[in-house]
Amino acid sequence: MFKGLSRNDWLLLAGFSAFVLLMPIILQPIGAAYPALMQKICIFGIFAIGFNILFGLTGYLSFGHAAFLGVGSYAAVWSFKLFTMNIIPALLMALVFTTIFAVAIGYISLRRSGIYFSILTLAFAQMCYNLAYSVLTPLTNGETGLQLTLKDPRWIDAMFHEPGAGLPRATLFGIDTSGGGLGGFYLCAIALIVCFFFSVRIFRSPFGMMLRAIKSNQTRMRYTGFNTRPYLLAAFVISGAYAGLAGGLMAATDPLAGAERMQWTASGEVVLMTILGGVGTLVGPVIGAGVIKYFENIFSSFGDNTLHGVFGFLPDIIEQPLVSFLSLFVGEGWNLTLGVVFMLIVIFLPGGIMEGLRRIWSRLNRRHDGGEKIAVAQPQPAE
Amino acid sequence: MSFKVIDRRVFLRNTAILGAGLAAPMHFVRGAYAEDVSCNMPKGDTVTFGWSVPLTGPYADEGADELKAFQLAVKHLNGEGDGGMIPTMKPGALKGNGVLGKKVAQVHGDSQTKTDAARDNSKRMIERDGAIMISGGSSSAEAVAVQSLCQDMGVIHMSGLTHSNDTTGKDKKRYGFRHFFNAYQSGVALGPVIGEAYGKDRKAYHLTADYTWGWTQEESMKAATEAMGWQTVAAVRTPLGSADFSQYITPVLNSGADVLILNHYGKDMVNSLTQSVQFGLRDKEVNGKKFEIVVPLFSELMAQGAGDAVKGIYGTSNWDWKLDDEATKAFTKSFGQEYGAPPSQAAHTCYVQALLYADACERAGTFFAPAVIKALEGFEFDGLGNGSTLYRAEDHQCMKSCLVVRGKETPKDKYDLMEIVKVVPREVTTYDPSIFGGELGPSDAKQC
Amino acid sequence: MDAILLQILNGLDKGGAYALIALGLTLVFGTLGVVNFAHGALFMLGAFCAVTFNKLLNLESVVIDPTQTTAWGSPLEVRTPYVEALLGDFGNYLHDYSVPASIVLAIPVMLIFGIAMERGLIRYFYKRPHAEQILVTFGLAIVIQEVIKHFFGANPIPQPAPSAFGGTAYVGQILGMGQTLAYPWWRIIYLLFSLGVIGAVFVFLQFTTYGMVVRAGMHDRQTVGFLGINIERRFTVVFGIAAVVAGLAGVMYTPILPPDYHMGMEFLVLSFVVVVVGGMGSLGGAVAAGFLLGILQSFASMNEVKAIIPGIDQIIIYLVAVVILLTLPRGLMGRRGVMED
Repeated sequence: MFKGLSRNDWLLLAGFSAFVLLMPIILQPIGAAYPALMQKICIFGIFAIGFNILFGLTGYLSFGHAAFLGVGSYAAVWSFKLFTMNIIPALLMALVFTTIFAVAIGYISLRRSGIYFSILTLAFAQMCYNLAYSVLTPLTNGETGLQLTLKDPRWIDAMFHEPGAGLPRATLFGIDTSGGGLGGFYLCAIALIVCFFFSVRIFRSPFGMMLRAIKSNQTRMRYTGFNTRPYLLAAFVISGAYAGLAGGLMAATDPLAGAERMQWTASGEVVLMTILGGVGTLVGPVIGAGVIKYFENIFSSFGDNTLHGVFGFLPDIIEQPLVSFLSLFVGEGWNLTLGVVFMLIVIFLPGGIMEGLRRIWSRLNRRHDGGEKIAVAQPQPAE
Repeated sequence: MSFKVIDRRVFLRNTAILGAGLAAPMHFVRGAYAEDVSCNMPKGDTVTFGWSVPLTGPYADEGADELKAFQLAVKHLNGEGDGGMIPTMKPGALKGNGVLGKKVAQVHGDSQTKTDAARDNSKRMIERDGAIMISGGSSSAEAVAVQSLCQDMGVIHMSGLTHSNDTTGKDKKRYGFRHFFNAYQSGVALGPVIGEAYGKDRKAYHLTADYTWGWTQEESMKAATEAMGWQTVAAVRTPLGSADFSQYITPVLNSGADVLILNHYGKDMVNSLTQSVQFGLRDKEVNGKKFEIVVPLFSELMAQGAGDAVKGIYGTSNWDWKLDDEATKAFTKSFGQEYGAPPSQAAHTCYVQALLYADACERAGTFFAPAVIKALEGFEFDGLGNGSTLYRAEDHQCMKSCLVVRGKETPKDKYDLMEIVKVVPREVTTYDPSIFGGELGPSDAKQC
Repeated sequence: MDAILLQILNGLDKGGAYALIALGLTLVFGTLGVVNFAHGALFMLGAFCAVTFNKLLNLESVVIDPTQTTAWGSPLEVRTPYVEALLGDFGNYLHDYSVPASIVLAIPVMLIFGIAMERGLIRYFYKRPHAEQILVTFGLAIVIQEVIKHFFGANPIPQPAPSAFGGTAYVGQILGMGQTLAYPWWRIIYLLFSLGVIGAVFVFLQFTTYGMVVRAGMHDRQTVGFLGINIERRFTVVFGIAAVVAGLAGVMYTPILPPDYHMGMEFLVLSFVVVVVGGMGSLGGAVAAGFLLGILQSFASMNEVKAIIPGIDQIIIYLVAVVILLTLPRGLMGRRGVMED
């Protein structure tokens, strides 16, 4: 299991782990070092890594991955409600249910390829969303979202101790993972590192090679006698399970599951994260997830006052128009910034942020030829 | 590219950094330091309030109005401007010098009218910005989600626009408070008025948004109308966010019903009402009576969106700037002068919630959350636009009057779309808190 | 019986709208091979052409009357629309017909916008993967939306239909059937309008030399290029036409659905489903799929049907899409090899 990775891969893994674990310190200067955001970055990082295993390796663009995220969340919250607040059974439930879902949806959807595959996955996800919001309300609690109540049985917990006065928190053998604090973040961080490791393994394995071969020419693969469908289905299910784990972690850090997690916009978001970071690269999807979540949480909270604070040193004549121009892009205009960033990146850096980093890296390399090198995570393009 | 050497020193240094990172969580370990310390008690000379409002998505205008109201409230609390409703509030402990001598600072975030985004935002404001209370929101899903988060973190949540019975019913929380009225009160208030206007012998057809708010609204309207003798022909659920309701409206034409009740809100209401009117429902005569449309929950922004279609339509509203009590006048004046337009009911409820929280802190003499909750529970006040009001202790729902309104036939401008038909007194809208179930939970202080 | 007829009429009406909205998308898909996620935004932009036109007609002279004050104490502004002052009766008439009249504004605006979009952005993406096309057009859609939101706000802005067509048409009486068969005039007009536009596009592609060359270019761009034909320019024109069609669909839809900046996103998924169910690159397929989905949706929403299968109206469109794509690999009328990689 630990064979087949090159020295570079191990360095990449070590660098990645260090970065993720040190996020509370590294992200301090940009105001992102609070548990809720770092958790979300890790969770969506996992989601995007999983999506990348399908999309980056096989080229199959699923537009319904959010359904797995939602199913994972619901399964985990039901485990909290019925059995125990320990997150291990919850995460297992999330994985089991999403795997079943992914096998079913994947088996049907993979009969088609290209845009037809995308629309099939989209259709399944939208059906899940619409039903969860309305008819399946007894199961999902519809609009207000599935959440814990004081009346939940929690059979396993009830066997060991009396329920407390308030709602319990999700725990990992005594460490609180929900309700704030860094416990939840480290849980997600470790999960992200493990998931990242598996994704490196898959990228470097013969299985990964096979998927890439399918991407470059599926017809030729078929002619050489390979049945590609099982490989595709395996990739789809793995990728769905990643999404389910992400959904389960969302519930573990915040035990509430809403149907809107399954909406097509949520599926679109993970596509955007992956492409923004760099499709088919190992680290790219995580970077994409981080950038989008950062925008959503930090940029949206800036107001004119923040801008005046930043540019207060300038003379009024320059400051006023500058602030009023920039205020278009922050606060309620953060979506505009996001749109512009998407466009700029795709136009000038089709490989996403990772390609930008690679270009900078190669330029630096040319200049300091032969100089001692520092361990920097090297992007690994899929092709 | 290759990595030949990892220097031993570099390795040691990195290990040290890693160790420091792993040790970092020790800062955050919870522990009771003192008896009366709750989450984010202010340490310096400011206290931070957090506003979670939708700035993007379909309710962005509503959110923008809420944010304006909050910013105005902070101004008034800090003693700037004309004070708005602070002087009219009775009993009022606010002095216009901040809260408990501390200046009020504020942070805000975009909730996108999504529960996940709303919770993310609220967490940011609590964890990073140290907000001691959270307020805002434009849907019941948001309110329920954020108040359960706040219960978990030990931060008080003063919900903004949320109309579902669940917010202070099935999903009520000790840390969550609602000033806005609810679907049940809408039904109780609206029933008699439309009974009087349209007669006791009517057949109603409900179109209901297919989610929890829609269902509670439908239930309340059914109960209220059937109690006075109306029949319910059918109650049809429509998917949330449909752009075209025509396939649900066509069956109404031949159903034999003579009243259509639209249990829709927001864009659903704008679209379904516009389209119902286009289908000629209001020009029809059925059973020898003129066909009528009723929209239980109205808001000014929705009325603007529906245009001419709202004329003559009955609905309910939490508050309206055209009321003529002193408090409403004072608030409308100070809001209008600040922003050049009268406040919406969403702005009003948010402003009032901010004031009520601040006032409760003053009266409790501390920011300690359980004490503030005690001060709010059972608080009886007047002079905030809705007459004498009780913050009921059992379910944290305000018991107050609400309005039955009707779309104006000849509006003067776009802020004058509704006329007040009746102010339904508090005695009528008060109900037994036990009918919706739910439990408030404990008010134990939490460290966050 | 009337109920069934009404539901069929409703299905046709919905179908016409779906087909028209999907038409521009399938043009771009089929001819240029571009996945245009900004299509919904173009639809919305068209709708806001109508809003802008109405606003222009409503430009007012503002006189501040210091003797009267508003409820919040600032002086009252007295407003008189210029159009009424200048044009008198014709102004009122124009006002009434502002939605159909705004087509005059929408056609040049959308054409210019479409051509600029193709020349400035889309043409660099013909050879790029679909994923990148999606991202860049999605980014553009967000930018268009936010710009519209900045100028017009997020709240829907109602656009009345001309008063002559605001009421209901008693279709039953006209056809000599039941009295109760009534349908809004404007929706009937929208159905006729969409059939007209669809027909015009069809004729353009099928029966004109220009259209023939475009179709040839769809099949084999290179060979057409070798024949000395500037196929690039023709594709630009096709993109412009697609934008105009999307825009017109938006303009005429405004009385049915008060436009707001977000409306395009709601139609985006739907129009993709229609196009794919119809089959990639097939105009006829998109139209057929539009009507099919419209009628099925209309029937699935009937109370009798919902009593048998609860929630069917929520998922019918997607269910049909799944069934059709599984039984017919390329949708109703899709061509082999288009967008299957």
